[in-house]
Amino acid sequence: MKKSESAPDLLFRSSDWNFGKLSRVYDAISEIAIDDLKLDIYPNQLEIISWEQMLDAYSSIGMPLMYQHWSFGKRFVFEEHLYRKGHRGLAYELVINSNPCISYLMEENTMAMQALVIAHAAFGHNHFFKNNYMFQRWTEAATILSYMDFAKKYIARCEERHGTAAVENILDSAHALMDQGVFRYRRAPRLSSEKERERARERLEYEEQTYSDLWRTLPKKEADGTEDEREREVRDRKRALHLPEENLLYFLEKNSLILEPWQRELLRIVRVVAQYFYPQRQTKVMNEGCATFVHHTIMNRLYDDGKISEGAMLEILQSHSNVIFQPAFDDPRFSGINPYALGFAMMKDIERICTEPTSEDRDWFPDIAGSGDWRGVLLDAWANHRDESFVLQYLSPALIRHFRLFQLTDDADDPYCEVASIHNERGYEAIRAALARSYDIGVIQPDVQVIDVDLLGDRHLRLQHGVKHGVVLEEATRNATLRHVRRLWGYDVSLEGVDAESGERLYECSTKQIGE
Amino acid sequence: MPNFIDRRLNPKDKSLGNRRRFLKRAREELKRTIKEQVKAGKIADVDAKHSVPMPEGGTREPSFQNAKGSGQREYVLPGNREFTPGDRIPKPSSGGGQGGSRAGTGDAEDDFRFVLSREEVLDLFFEDLELPDMVKLSLKEAIAYKPRRAGFATTGTPTNINVGRTMRNSYGRRLALHRPKRKEVEALAEEIAALEAKPATAERRRRLEALRQEVEKLERRRRVIAYVDPVDIRFNRFEPQPLPNANAVMFCLMDVSSSMGEREKDLAKRFFVLLHLFLKRRYERIDIVFIRHTHEAREVDEETFFYSTQSGGTVVSTALEEMLGIIRKRYPSKEWNIYAAQASDGDNIAGDSERCASLLHEAVMRLCQYYAYIEIIDERETEIFGATDNGTSLWRAYRTVGANWPNFQMTRIARPADIYPVFRKLFARQPLGQARS
Repeated sequence: MKKSESAPDLLFRSSDWNFGKLSRVYDAISEIAIDDLKLDIYPNQLEIISWEQMLDAYSSIGMPLMYQHWSFGKRFVFEEHLYRKGHRGLAYELVINSNPCISYLMEENTMAMQALVIAHAAFGHNHFFKNNYMFQRWTEAATILSYMDFAKKYIARCEERHGTAAVENILDSAHALMDQGVFRYRRAPRLSSEKERERARERLEYEEQTYSDLWRTLPKKEADGTEDEREREVRDRKRALHLPEENLLYFLEKNSLILEPWQRELLRIVRVVAQYFYPQRQTKVMNEGCATFVHHTIMNRLYDDGKISEGAMLEILQSHSNVIFQPAFDDPRFSGINPYALGFAMMKDIERICTEPTSEDRDWFPDIAGSGDWRGVLLDAWANHRDESFVLQYLSPALIRHFRLFQLTDDADDPYCEVASIHNERGYEAIRAALARSYDIGVIQPDVQVIDVDLLGDRHLRLQHGVKHGVVLEEATRNATLRHVRRLWGYDVSLEGVDAESGERLYECSTKQIGE
Repeated sequence: MPNFIDRRLNPKDKSLGNRRRFLKRAREELKRTIKEQVKAGKIADVDAKHSVPMPEGGTREPSFQNAKGSGQREYVLPGNREFTPGDRIPKPSSGGGQGGSRAGTGDAEDDFRFVLSREEVLDLFFEDLELPDMVKLSLKEAIAYKPRRAGFATTGTPTNINVGRTMRNSYGRRLALHRPKRKEVEALAEEIAALEAKPATAERRRRLEALRQEVEKLERRRRVIAYVDPVDIRFNRFEPQPLPNANAVMFCLMDVSSSMGEREKDLAKRFFVLLHLFLKRRYERIDIVFIRHTHEAREVDEETFFYSTQSGGTVVSTALEEMLGIIRKRYPSKEWNIYAAQASDGDNIAGDSERCASLLHEAVMRLCQYYAYIEIIDERETEIFGATDNGTSLWRAYRTVGANWPNFQMTRIARPADIYPVFRKLFARQPLGQARS
């Protein structure tokens, strides 16, 4: 009740917003975020939009600029239906990983919601985008918008020149391979062709310099000469094509024999978009957790300083607790673990461990327990982890008990699921590791790679699916996707499933069998 | 300081193009769905929004997906209450993991339905149908404009001056600028005259001087502030409006004698509704004339046409005569595209069928763009009459008309399901060469 004394300091009173209030609130939030939480952000650009524009943004996967494609129309129809029927509300905000960082604010939001959203998106997400290593490594915030602008215009031009159908064919096929169109372990090779030629020349020169006639006199290996020759040939051509290659779209773009230059450019565009979203999919828990933690901390601070009223705070808390609601597994509302809930709880937990550790925390987190510097720990975690490693590193027993997590194993051949571990002393580590695995994109996404192709022979493209734990691919979509690969490659394509551990061949299918 | 941008006034519907592409892609499938819905449901419902399931073929977006019921998986779930390690839980029989964390997302889209607007529905329904004889329409393709009043303008020709509006503006301006009224000036002039009439004293002279100055000031003011200023003038503004010059009238002729039961009437109605729907898409304005007949014909309203019964014999030619009369009176064929649809069970009084045929030959077919005759027959009769020339006297008589006039169509229907195919057949694209001269 002491808040009412400092009422004159309130940043806003009524629930209507205007640009003056927004600006005032922004400054107050910014002060706490930068000076206290030490957030490091891209310059902000806040855009006010209506619900129709929000739906538009939704259906073009959250990009302000997107090329035209029917699948976005499908998504739009879907989202619009859900929204009109009231099945689903729209997000209060949408934020784009770009520099400047663009946040969309809905015009329907009340002033309290706008404050919440600014803290959440313009500071929380923004900081995460700028500092997390995944985003730093895989995305280029400064250029994405101009690239998308180029892509949109380029595709529109292609449609004019080659017809919508031709462009759609390529885009359809490319979209099917989007998940396999990212570099997971390395950046795309950036050598320009000129540099490449330069290098080849250097290599040749080097070979010439170090040529020694002596080597020729060495006797060749006699046994299985033909077999060996074949193997070496295969090895050589694989090396020349940098096989195996995990990025199918990249491989097709560079090596497909039937694609026109503009078609290659389309593949490249889809690949760039896929790569841009690649970090987001691996940092959902952290990203949302970071933003939620930031808005929660900032809003509470503003309230403690008497800058927002109790009414507004209640509205904010109500919305906050909706966002971090986690139903139990047998609740009809359950649809997996809520990334907001998990992320926020874990970061709150880190704060607790740093300031008020229990003896259990001291055992589990000797480095940070009681250190008091939760800001530093969180900044470090936000910068250097993705969901998998973050869970593995920071999920505490206290939190496992709080969520009452348990681990279930499910063998396809067994009519029963088995409870492997629960929230007890013996189960903590197993649950933590299992939960971390469930966020590892390398585990949850099928691993399909190009392993071989004989460009001089039948040009048969061989893909390999590394089967983990016996989880095979769904047949209908697998065949449909293979047909798309064939469309881009132009010749037969086959996919073999190989057990990742034993190397045993589990299945093989080819576009020859499944037909067009 | 952040950069605030208000985007609310930016164009919306950025996704409209994408939606259109999506519908185009799913066109065949949506068309099939709509067709099925029309066949099953009421014909009148065609003219409305339809909810359709998400099309499957053509709009699938495949990718490599893990198969649901394969391999060993593990789930971490919240909310444990009574489980201890080693508990075994039977899997739900419907397949899919107990965890369900991924089970929901994939299927949701397949069950999903979305709404097509009325326009989209009808476009799908009528796609690649053509009016049988488009000569008149194409002749009138050039759009005629008629000026239509549309507010006021500050410029225009003198003939279009809107006096009321102009004077209102003038009055308001005069009030606002305090333009002296004529009465005020006259009153002063009178006073001057009165003073002049009296002997002049020093005081009166001063007063007179003041009054004269006053009058002069008022007169100057009246000159400066015009009675009607150019800024007051308003002109009537006209906008050219395209004239709905493609008028069509549709005659519905039906035998309502007792031999036409509910079933026959229902079939006939569906046919009429479809024809009407189709014409409505081609013409801006359509009149419908309902003529029912027994042994005598009368023009009636729609309600009576379909729902009241009448007893009597059957003389089909009366309906044709009535129709000719109405055309003469109200729908000169120069200005109207005339369509006629006749439904009957084929019964006619002896000898009248020939008269009908000759009426058609000599008068009606000259006036009509198109004449459709449907004979509603019993389902059992379909096999007998299906393809033969046999049939009722009316059918036989009309066959001679059909042979001479390409814009005359006749067919038999027995079930609701027959209507749509018949409809397609009736309006199948006709070679231009056959067009009526």
